[in-house]
Amino acid sequence: MKFAKTIFLGTFLTLALILTSLGNIAKADWQPQRPIEFVIMAGQGGGADRLARFIQSIIETHDLSPQPVIPINKGGGSGAEALRYLKDSAGNPHIVMATLNSYYTTPLRNPGLGVNIEEFTPIARLAEDTFILWVNSETDIMSVDDYVTAVKAAGSEDWIMGGTGTGQEDSLVTGMLQTAYGFEVTYVPYSGGGTVAKNLIGNHVNSTVNNPSEQMGFYEAGQSRPLAALTPERIPAFPDVPTFAELGHPELVYFMQRSVVAPGGIEADVQAFYRDLFEKVYASDEWKEYCSSKALQCAWLVGDELQSYFTSERDKHEEMLRAAGEIE
Amino acid sequence: MDGFAVAFEPLNLAMMMLGCLMGLFIGAIPGLGSVNGVAILLPITFFVPPTSAVIFLAAIYYGAMYGGAISSIMLGIPGASTAVATTFDGRPMAIKGLADRALIAAAIASFVGGTISVIYFTLFAPPLANFALRFGSTEEFALMVLAFATFIGLGGDDIPKTIFMILFGLVLSSVGLDIISGHPRLIFFDLPGFYKGISFIVLAIGIYGIGEMLWTLEQAQGKVEIAKHTFGIKRGVETLKMLWRRSKLNMFLSSTLGYFVGILPAAGATPGSLMAYGMARSMAKNPEEYGRGNVNGVVAPEAANNAASTGSLLPMLTLGIPGSPTTAILLGGMIIWGLEPGPLLFSQHPEFVWGLIASLYAANLFTVILNLSLIPVFIWILRTPFTILAPIIFVLCFVGGFAPASSMHDVWLILIFGVVGYLMRKLDYPMAPLVLAIVLGPLAEKSFRQTMIAEHGDMTIFLTRPISLICLIAALGLIIYPLYLVRQRRKAKLNMEAPKS
Amino acid sequence: MRHAEQIMALALVAFSLFLMWKSSELPIGWVSGKGPGGGAFPFWLSLGMLVASGVIFWRARRRVTPQSRDENSFMGYSTFRLFVVSAGAIFVMFLGTHFVGAYVMIPLFLAFYMRFLGGHSWVVIAPIALLAPIVTFFFFEIGMKVFLPKGVTEPLFYPLYSMFF
Repeated sequence: MKFAKTIFLGTFLTLALILTSLGNIAKADWQPQRPIEFVIMAGQGGGADRLARFIQSIIETHDLSPQPVIPINKGGGSGAEALRYLKDSAGNPHIVMATLNSYYTTPLRNPGLGVNIEEFTPIARLAEDTFILWVNSETDIMSVDDYVTAVKAAGSEDWIMGGTGTGQEDSLVTGMLQTAYGFEVTYVPYSGGGTVAKNLIGNHVNSTVNNPSEQMGFYEAGQSRPLAALTPERIPAFPDVPTFAELGHPELVYFMQRSVVAPGGIEADVQAFYRDLFEKVYASDEWKEYCSSKALQCAWLVGDELQSYFTSERDKHEEMLRAAGEIE
Repeated sequence: MDGFAVAFEPLNLAMMMLGCLMGLFIGAIPGLGSVNGVAILLPITFFVPPTSAVIFLAAIYYGAMYGGAISSIMLGIPGASTAVATTFDGRPMAIKGLADRALIAAAIASFVGGTISVIYFTLFAPPLANFALRFGSTEEFALMVLAFATFIGLGGDDIPKTIFMILFGLVLSSVGLDIISGHPRLIFFDLPGFYKGISFIVLAIGIYGIGEMLWTLEQAQGKVEIAKHTFGIKRGVETLKMLWRRSKLNMFLSSTLGYFVGILPAAGATPGSLMAYGMARSMAKNPEEYGRGNVNGVVAPEAANNAASTGSLLPMLTLGIPGSPTTAILLGGMIIWGLEPGPLLFSQHPEFVWGLIASLYAANLFTVILNLSLIPVFIWILRTPFTILAPIIFVLCFVGGFAPASSMHDVWLILIFGVVGYLMRKLDYPMAPLVLAIVLGPLAEKSFRQTMIAEHGDMTIFLTRPISLICLIAALGLIIYPLYLVRQRRKAKLNMEAPKS
Repeated sequence: MRHAEQIMALALVAFSLFLMWKSSELPIGWVSGKGPGGGAFPFWLSLGMLVASGVIFWRARRRVTPQSRDENSFMGYSTFRLFVVSAGAIFVMFLGTHFVGAYVMIPLFLAFYMRFLGGHSWVVIAPIALLAPIVTFFFFEIGMKVFLPKGVTEPLFYPLYSMFF
């Protein structure tokens, strides 16, 4: 057996040596040498997962990377698993992670995780996803005023707001709405944005705060009605939907960031490689088309500006979580 | 009919055949189920038109459904949660040397399940989508109770051990994150690997791939193979005749049940296959034969899980919500291909929907032929000496357990579950309730707590909603009936023993 | 067998208590208006496990189950050897994977197992042990894009990746 193994390893090593020496000749800037792990902070099938796989499809169809980009789901504990993995992979140049807002909230809610997002290397922000307040189109609620009246008339017990989980983006938005308009609702968590949308159409919940992409199918079929957007300006895909700012509540603005980060301790040329890679994704027609059809805002941001954006957003979320009584 | 024209375009036909073949292998490898298969092979579809892409992925989905049955029957390792019920009778049949019969029964039942469900899909898609919409968390919980009710009697006669294993599985299923409050829970020893919870795949590979395999090795000591396995055309024809005689009603009912459970959002094929098994057993003249190698115990879950996998495409296409983890990935695929799932998909992209349906049908036909013709190969594998087969299976368990989450943490859990499972197996603790509880547990807890929050702790809601009430009554019946059977069997035993003393 | 049955039941009692303790980190009661708390589901189910394992132990003492009447030893020598060697070899394979990677440990494990427990000749073993990692590499890494842990052997695979991707 020893003999067989020696032969096996020997052949392998020789082959490896020849090929590395060939590869080294052409080497200039940093290039990935093995497939890149594209860690997703959410489980398979969710919004973040779909977006990451969509990005992968752009990279693959335009052949933007010399090595394949492989999505890997580490959604456990609202992304706690992914954050911890990134922290433990410090210095590994073959890992990047797609983030969403649990990038801020999960480390805040789980101090035991020992994750400080300032240690990670920012790569690029690709987009900001928007939020809209929705009701079923069978109701006669036409405006935010009707909505507030209806919620107050029903009372907190009988008005159900569907969402994706306590401490998640939509629960924070629900908290913001409650503070702004002075009503109370019962918040029921479901397992994903799509399920939330379906429960609105099936009349199991009274209202939801969904991303436009999650309601798009029902909206186009005339089954759900957008009331107002949590954006500073109207969303181009929904020109008739007012913003909360127009309705006198400029503080009701909330975005879900869609960015890419890498572990801490990687070289500057590695960071540059990934920045270029995602810049090409950002510049592609598919990405622009995706942003406009799904009502995302394409919002490119890199480098130190991105890092300071992350820290200021984290501080905002700390405030919001504290106000919601989720952390001390 | 236009759908068939789409399905038989050369590219689509080729994609379908390739998908079936790959799906079959992916499904047969423990650990890799249709979810991973579809997720991993999604990138291949970036380069073909959407209809061909979805045909390819749906063929993988279908092929994996068949493939799951193969490892369930031959090795006793369910490749996916949908195939657990197939092990109940499939494995005993293989041990008795009837592996070929079980494999044929599984293939034919899958084919019938697939066919019937495609017919239902074609005829009643829009009204059924509305039915799925009416299904809220209250109904979901009642459905889970019904699925749990089918557990009773799965575990043999030692009721405390069965109850222990169900509860153990439920507790394991709650490891990870409590989605309602958003707090992590049961993170043992602060290991970050527990944040993602304990997946069915890890538990099933540990229990069956390592634990059951050790047990089989122990039984096989000294012997080269477990049982004589033969295969011939004549035996095959006999099996087909037997299936027609004994299982036609069962196949039809199981397919119907499976399809309807499949279209319910979030339920998927696992509860469907279990309920079909429970139904077949409670309707049988000889329920005590179930679990010891009754061919109807293979037919029912296989017909149901294939029907359910077609069924779960319906909420995906019409509501944009996945009926199973695999359809969740397919949904992601549709967005990449630029299609918007939802109520308008049927009218805006009919060629896509009906092309998919027609190719499902073609995939079904192709897989059954593929499967039947591969049976001699499977039998040949079973004849391999066990001391060669076992280490290869251990390696497959290792790689297959690592693959879904790329996590060594899971690999170590597999070994722990394997060793503990083996020791418990020797003491006659039933394993099926454990692995099924981990699949259904989270659904049951979540739907119960969602209902409780929405209803402010008012439990009567489960009795006032009609669909929920029907499920609960059926569940009650399923619980009482097997208990009655156990009593009958005890009485019979006492009567047999009485004259001697 | 009789002793094993009782020891297992006691171990499960202890394990249930551990789970109850662990679950009570989150609220286990009925939160007013919100239904059960986050720890309730695992806590009360573990309590059920405790009761069930208690009953199992009691039945074992009372010799109700067939296992508790069985006076044979739980594992004979040959079974014990098989169990320890199999589980031990798997353990070593997993442990070694962290350091030298799956592609070194898989052939070693296969060769050891087939030789030591199966007593097969090297003519049978060598092709299986050498083909297995190659098939695994092509099926899992190239085909399915699942990258197995490689430990220190990782750089050896870079040229292969640049060849196939």
